[in-house]
Amino acid sequence: MDIEDLMNINPYLLDKNDKEKLLTQGLVGLTRKHYAGSVHYKQMMDAIGLDFSKIKSYYDLPFLPVRMFKELELVSVPKEEIVKTLTSSGTTNQQVSKIFLDRETSSLQTKVLTKIVSDFVGKKRVPMLILDSSSVIKNREMFSARGAGILGFSMFGSQRMYALDEHMQLDIEGVKNFLDAHKAEPIFMFGFTFIIWQHFYKELERIGYYPDLSKTVLIHGGGWKKLLNESVVPDEFKKRLNVVCGIGIDHIHDYYGMVEQTGTIYMECEVGHLHASNYSDVIIRRPLDFSVADFGEKGFIEVVSLLPQSYPGHILLTEDEGVVLGEDDCPCNRKGKYFKVIGRIRNAEIRGCSDTYATQFN
Amino acid sequence: MLKLEAVVILMQLNLTEITFLLPQDAELDKVRDLDPDEIFSDLSVGFLSTLSSVLAKNQLIRRYPDVATFAFFCRKANILANKKRYEDDIIRLGRGIVFHIAPSNVPVNFAYSMVAGILSGNINIVRVPSERFEQVDLISSSIKQVTDLPEFAIFKKRLFLVRYDRQSSVTTILSSLCDVRVIWGGDDTIDQIRQSSLPPRSYDITFADRYSLAVINADALIVETNFDKLAEGFYNDTYLFDQNACSAPRLVIWTGKKENIIKGKNMFWGAVEKRVEQYNMSSILTMDKLSALYWQSTQCEGIQRVTPKDNKLWRIHISNISPDIDKFRCAGGYFLEYEADSLNELKEIVNRKYQTLAYYGYSRKELSDFMKFNRLNGIDRIVPFGKTTDFSLVWDGYDLIRSLSRECPID
Repeated sequence: MDIEDLMNINPYLLDKNDKEKLLTQGLVGLTRKHYAGSVHYKQMMDAIGLDFSKIKSYYDLPFLPVRMFKELELVSVPKEEIVKTLTSSGTTNQQVSKIFLDRETSSLQTKVLTKIVSDFVGKKRVPMLILDSSSVIKNREMFSARGAGILGFSMFGSQRMYALDEHMQLDIEGVKNFLDAHKAEPIFMFGFTFIIWQHFYKELERIGYYPDLSKTVLIHGGGWKKLLNESVVPDEFKKRLNVVCGIGIDHIHDYYGMVEQTGTIYMECEVGHLHASNYSDVIIRRPLDFSVADFGEKGFIEVVSLLPQSYPGHILLTEDEGVVLGEDDCPCNRKGKYFKVIGRIRNAEIRGCSDTYATQFN
Repeated sequence: MLKLEAVVILMQLNLTEITFLLPQDAELDKVRDLDPDEIFSDLSVGFLSTLSSVLAKNQLIRRYPDVATFAFFCRKANILANKKRYEDDIIRLGRGIVFHIAPSNVPVNFAYSMVAGILSGNINIVRVPSERFEQVDLISSSIKQVTDLPEFAIFKKRLFLVRYDRQSSVTTILSSLCDVRVIWGGDDTIDQIRQSSLPPRSYDITFADRYSLAVINADALIVETNFDKLAEGFYNDTYLFDQNACSAPRLVIWTGKKENIIKGKNMFWGAVEKRVEQYNMSSILTMDKLSALYWQSTQCEGIQRVTPKDNKLWRIHISNISPDIDKFRCAGGYFLEYEADSLNELKEIVNRKYQTLAYYGYSRKELSDFMKFNRLNGIDRIVPFGKTTDFSLVWDGYDLIRSLSRECPID
């Protein structure tokens, strides 16, 4: 089975054994491809003594720290094949990651994101309420992972409406009109966790406007750091949203993902677990020796993805701590590993989309 | 005139911006009226030796080897031994007011800076590390005990330990008061502090970012009988401060017969590895090391990590040595290793940044010939393994007593 075959099956169909075979074959292939295509990647692999003959599984393959993409331009195809360059969000004194996409990688990202998200919002495009300001994508300087996230998810919307104006104020009239016009339809909402909390939830609460959003599905991402500082845990976030707008708690889906592996996001299921799809996986590594942690044991989150064809970002060590909760046996019936993110390891730079914005509120 | 200006300056100084660890009722406004003292005065020697015994009696000191070392440094015998260097009939008095800015990452450094300031006869204002260390509290509370004794009460007017917000104007005001400013810190910190100007006759003594290395003569090493002790010494040189102190070796140079180097490496690193089991490494350092290794591999040829047991001790074999090798470093147990034909190969790399050369298995003569023959721009001290963090009144090539005092020849 290869990545094209995967497009014809449910994105959470493969169990441990199938995935082991698929990912080992795919990721060893990608490692060879990037080793041949990127001088820097080859230098790095040589420095740690990568020996392909000793690789039995994708668990044995070397990972790059995500911050390498801030320090180096890592690309493994000729420059003229690059069709798009993604950058991570970053404030002025943070370096940004640069991710170079060729046509194939870019198209895979779109297809896989669609495949994964459809499993939660349905295959049909529906009206979309974006809980952010349109200036995020208009303003070139702000156009970063936050803008890219909005654009990426916008393909699930048949019609789009931005709920916040350029001053990040809730456009109540606009929202009312939009909801009136689509009364009978399901609606898809998207935004960044902190922005939803700060500019949508708190504002609805403040003005006492309680729209009926019981038929909507909300997808949000960008990290919890700022909300956890306000002592808002994920359950609380869902409950409070449910109270102000009637959205079902099992219709609120967080996701975990990063610009270095756009497309293969990890969606939160109805039960509240983040899930690895057929196209990717998480491995928790012990800081002491990078060995694989047991389920339930926390460590660095390694993310692997079959999508990066044009840059060596297929196996990354993030600066997040997490725990694998189980595999193939989540009550939501999706196969694959499910896990939770605990947060950034100490002293790591603040990364992620809405977190950069959130620092202004410190 | 100066005294008047100082009063005006001090009137601008909002004392609420400063936290005084010592003394409780700081009279900073009178500080310019105080007299300097002679170097190594009986009062200063007595103060430090009393501090040494107060610290030595404190139970907490067992937890802090760095404080114990400091207390040991301050003992009377050691101070008097240091005094010998200056026993001539030249009159030496303190410059006046010394403003010390201690590094934020080494807990006890401020105290050594203070000792140099006291022994050279000055009034001292010491900015302690912004990061909270129990060592600072321990030393500061012990100093308080000493200054509570009537014979040392005068130090309540002559010694100030302070903390303040770096963004405030305090640095500027204290700089305008002082006769010498002693700055310990990274190159950026020094740049930033130099934005605050000094009075015309005042000057800076700066202790900037430095780079240190170790040399091992494998021919001598293979007959070593106490590897545990050697490893303990090396551990204290490096891991004790997360390999973050300027004096901590980052590059290990091996010389000797090929077969002895191979054997010596196994013996030496095996012993260090055992000692490092007790090192408590922060997770983020793991990530730093991996990033440092990958970065280095893209910038230098022939980089090979020796397969590690775990992430606490990483050795990076380098097959050629380039003049910018000091740029590739990481805290917490990241050692570059190079096999040299002779010490003279170091001529190619040593620059002004190089501070400490830790050695094993070389004679004094070999080392002194090496320094003289090569006439290097760097390397300010050469010490055996285990001694890199030992403080000396000659530091970074400065004789601190002479640098902080004023000579008055009488013809």
